[in-house]
Amino acid sequence: MFKPLADPARRAVPVFVDGVETPAQEGETVAALLLRVPPHIARHTPVQETPRAPYCLMGVCFDCLATVDGETSVQTCLVEVRPGMRIERPRGKLRITA
Amino acid sequence: MNSGHDILIVGAGPAGMAAAIELRRLGLMPLVVDEQPRPGGQIWRDVERQRPDVLRRALGPDYAAGADMVARFRASGAEYRPGTRMWHIERGLRVFLSQDGQAFLAEPRALVLATGAQERPAPLPGWTLPGVMTVGAAQILMKGSGQIPDRPVWIAGSGPLPILYMRQLLAAGGQIAGYLDTTPAGAARRALPQIGGALRGWGDLRKGLGWLRDLRAAGLRLQRGIRDLAAEGETRLEAICYRTADGRSHRVAADLLLVHEGVVPSVHATLSVEAPHVWDAGQGALRPVLDDWGMTGIDGLFVAGDGAGIAGARAAVARGRLAAQGIAARLGRPATADAIAATRAELRAATAARGFLDAVYPPPDTPIADDTIVCRCEELTAGEIRAAARIHRGGPNQVKAVTRCGMGPCQGRQCGYTVNRLLAETYGQTPAETGFFRIRPPLRPVTLRELAALEEGREAP
Repeated sequence: MFKPLADPARRAVPVFVDGVETPAQEGETVAALLLRVPPHIARHTPVQETPRAPYCLMGVCFDCLATVDGETSVQTCLVEVRPGMRIERPRGKLRITA
Repeated sequence: MNSGHDILIVGAGPAGMAAAIELRRLGLMPLVVDEQPRPGGQIWRDVERQRPDVLRRALGPDYAAGADMVARFRASGAEYRPGTRMWHIERGLRVFLSQDGQAFLAEPRALVLATGAQERPAPLPGWTLPGVMTVGAAQILMKGSGQIPDRPVWIAGSGPLPILYMRQLLAAGGQIAGYLDTTPAGAARRALPQIGGALRGWGDLRKGLGWLRDLRAAGLRLQRGIRDLAAEGETRLEAICYRTADGRSHRVAADLLLVHEGVVPSVHATLSVEAPHVWDAGQGALRPVLDDWGMTGIDGLFVAGDGAGIAGARAAVARGRLAAQGIAARLGRPATADAIAATRAELRAATAARGFLDAVYPPPDTPIADDTIVCRCEELTAGEIRAAARIHRGGPNQVKAVTRCGMGPCQGRQCGYTVNRLLAETYGQTPAETGFFRIRPPLRPVTLRELAALEEGREAP
């Protein structure tokens, strides 16, 4: 859906999205990255398990919630990528397993 | 941990930065917190970044002008904590914040909320599909991440922001499939009574007309009087449907639709502490009742910027400075009468054209179909809200209690105004009579680990 404009000043930042090493760009938010990584969503909702993408990117819609370095329900539009960051996209209802 | 500051400013956009600069000039030391990693707010987001020339030129001079303000803010000596979120306010001014996963408390003598605005949530069928986003979100992607849509994009809505974004997008090499203008017909008739203000604020309006001319010259496909906009798709956006002014229906393939129906003040914080608010009929939104310094009905609690009512960045700067002057007077460091008069004159000039803009771009009145999702978090439809209203005959809080509408993570930021509108329509009453959700703490999600930090350093009872 989106493409980054060429910007030599932005270094590549390696992060992991659902366990897959993915090149992010220095200074971008996690939500901005997720919009470029197929299937271009942030999560499946916990109510009807429908796919959602970041919507407002300014911290008011909470549709970009994902798990970042083990912390659940992080508003990814408010967090910038860091090297080695691990991002997991929620897959619907939380299932508690033994 | 207590921050130990006399003055706390929440938000480092135009209003917050202007307030901080003025307080420093008057010899006072505020603490400025902001949830973003760098100052600028949404309008000047990431303005300090060095960019490729094409992007710098595309974003334009009004954006670039923010760099000067940010530089003055950085040089002011105000204490600044980015990445800090406010999650609760109590009267007597106890403010709870979190930074780096640790909560802390501020007990300032004066608090300036400069938390700005958000885009007005305007539900349409399919607006939760991936591929539907706001124009503001796309502009933030361009400013903050240097990203633009990779294919011709559909843009739909009303107001100055889509026009500005489309101009920026074309200048950055992006492509627009078409602009579907949803502004109701009759703008000239609505705006005529505001013509005096329009003439006083002509400079700003002329800029907007110039952008529109540029877009037309660039071959933009603009369709006016669009109704019944809908997004369709299974797991993501595949097509958009709309009706043109001639009554004909259209369906076109689309993978990205950007929508925008104006902006509304961020009022969750002032509502949560039960400061008095009024319904602004012209803007179709709540705003806090403020005295002529920007102080709410709660002693020491000020609001500056678009949170005080939508008026734009220039007015936000003036309001920030005015709030600072009001606080300085309370703390025994008054600004000169000339400085205060100049600030008030600037605020008048900056808001002159606002009534005209509000009249041209009224809140949307498109009917909301029963199967349209209203509450994005709990996935509730307009039909479910209407049914709850018919059965329980209650206000927004009763509807919230029986449906969970407004109880999800966004806490009503996306559904509040829609619920207000649906109930007002169902009961045949005004939005002001209908009221809004009661806003409860925390204003933002907080982890138990963050909360635990509040207790560190305290003696066991």
